[in-house]
Amino acid sequence: MSGQTESYKTFDESLVSNAKVPAVLCTGLRHRFGDHVAVDGIDLSVAQGDVFGLLGPNGAGKTTTIRLLNTLLPVQEGTVEVLGYDVRRSPMAVRRLLGYVPQQLSVEAALTARENVTWFARLFDVPRHERKRRVGEALEVMGLADVANRLTSTYSGGMIRRLELAQALVNRPRLLVLDEPTLGLDPVARDGVWQRVQELRHATGMTVLLTTHYMEEAEALCNRVALMHLGTIRAEGTPEELKSALGPEASLEDVFRHFTDAVLGGSDGKGGLREVRSTRRTARRVG
Amino acid sequence: MRSAALAEPRAASVDVKVASRGLAWRQFLNRAATFCLVELQKLRHDRTELFTRAVQPVLWMVIFGETFTRIHAIPTGHVPYLDFLAPGIIAQSGLFVAIFYGIQIIWERDAGVLTKLLVTPTPRSALILGKSFAAGVRALAQVVVVLMLSALLGVALTSNPAEILGAFVIVMLGAAFFSCLSMTVAGLVLKRDRLMGIGQMITMPLFFASNALYPVSIMPGWLRVLSRVNPLSYEVDALRGMLIGAPAHLGEDFLVLVIAVVVGVATAASLVRRLAC
Repeated sequence: MSGQTESYKTFDESLVSNAKVPAVLCTGLRHRFGDHVAVDGIDLSVAQGDVFGLLGPNGAGKTTTIRLLNTLLPVQEGTVEVLGYDVRRSPMAVRRLLGYVPQQLSVEAALTARENVTWFARLFDVPRHERKRRVGEALEVMGLADVANRLTSTYSGGMIRRLELAQALVNRPRLLVLDEPTLGLDPVARDGVWQRVQELRHATGMTVLLTTHYMEEAEALCNRVALMHLGTIRAEGTPEELKSALGPEASLEDVFRHFTDAVLGGSDGKGGLREVRSTRRTARRVG
Repeated sequence: MRSAALAEPRAASVDVKVASRGLAWRQFLNRAATFCLVELQKLRHDRTELFTRAVQPVLWMVIFGETFTRIHAIPTGHVPYLDFLAPGIIAQSGLFVAIFYGIQIIWERDAGVLTKLLVTPTPRSALILGKSFAAGVRALAQVVVVLMLSALLGVALTSNPAEILGAFVIVMLGAAFFSCLSMTVAGLVLKRDRLMGIGQMITMPLFFASNALYPVSIMPGWLRVLSRVNPLSYEVDALRGMLIGAPAHLGEDFLVLVIAVVVGVATAASLVRRLAC
């Protein structure tokens, strides 16, 4: 681990200067899919260097928020700034500052790991004379150097997730966005991902914004969290602050239940599976 | 905007400088080259497609071409029918590769890869241009197969490297347009099954309503009109001009194909967001 951390120190040395500029600043952010309001006027600020967890049940609006700040969805109402850049006005500048790992395991299975990472290095205009070294570093940091020339179709879920992290890091992002990074992974693979993210955080101080509905993951990784439900932010603070506000014995799971009512498929159907599916169908239809 | 506050971190400021040149042609071409390279890498890892896709043009050349050469049913002047047919089959091979290319973008959407590509600093149009040229790379692999087969069958092909290179450019443009058409349909229908159906529905009409199998002069009036608006006809005309020295309208053919690609890229790019959601 120390070797990996040490090698990562050369990855970037100046990620947390200008600490006064928030890594993410959302103001009055609202997004609709047809009649459904997926994000309902949220205000959110993520400081540079934080590992910030956006928590909430399915259909809370976490992924929509992520997709608004990473330019995948157009900002309909409100503003989003990433490290001072307005997402609506400067989408290309924002994309250059981001590393993004989506919810779904997604690499090109017909390529090797090295080719997958090199592909993204080229798309991020990593200079040719640096490309090979930076691709090698990203693979090394994620513990994939020994299997870098294998086709990724032979990779396990945990290896693919680490490869995706390598792809996301090859452009030395200022903000790493992880959307449900351990969804569907077994406990060993999940621990591997957590370990890499923690190493990254300790070695570089890079800002990480992650969404999850695993409270254990939030406790392990995040120094600050926001609880989202039905498109709004219900609570925000450090995990300790949120737990102590609820009671001396409270866990983050209790905080989660308290603020979301744990209504998945509840009586009003809000935030339930049916509504999540309906929202996603509408989102796809309206583009 | 707080760009001044962002000026200090070296990595960020360098990246943003590059972004300001983002509209430059160089970046467009760099992206296109990247997607072509990825396509070649995929082909290198799995060459099965090169062989399976070669079957159909071989059948057209060996069975259809040889037979119609003997029965002299199609008037092609002094040009043997097999020579007349070879450029048409080259264009057809490119069409068949490209017209189903939209399936790949739907697959990439389903696999989450497209989402990640759209979060890179790649303009939508550059992404589509790159993917369409990547389809062209796959088509070129087929061209090489058909050219070799044509030579074996005794087709009097040009040996001028410039003309062969020109033919490659024409095939790239044709494949780029038809893959844009496919990606446009993909952006509209959003599902693989639907795209397969539409692809199959439009492929043969495009092929038969062109000059690939027979000269325009023997077509009924209504088919001539369709042939006139079919980019495949311009591709075949240019290929015949360059590969077998037939009379052709190279300037017009090239211009039509370039315009078709530009319109195709713009249309498909406008629909990419639908696939990403």
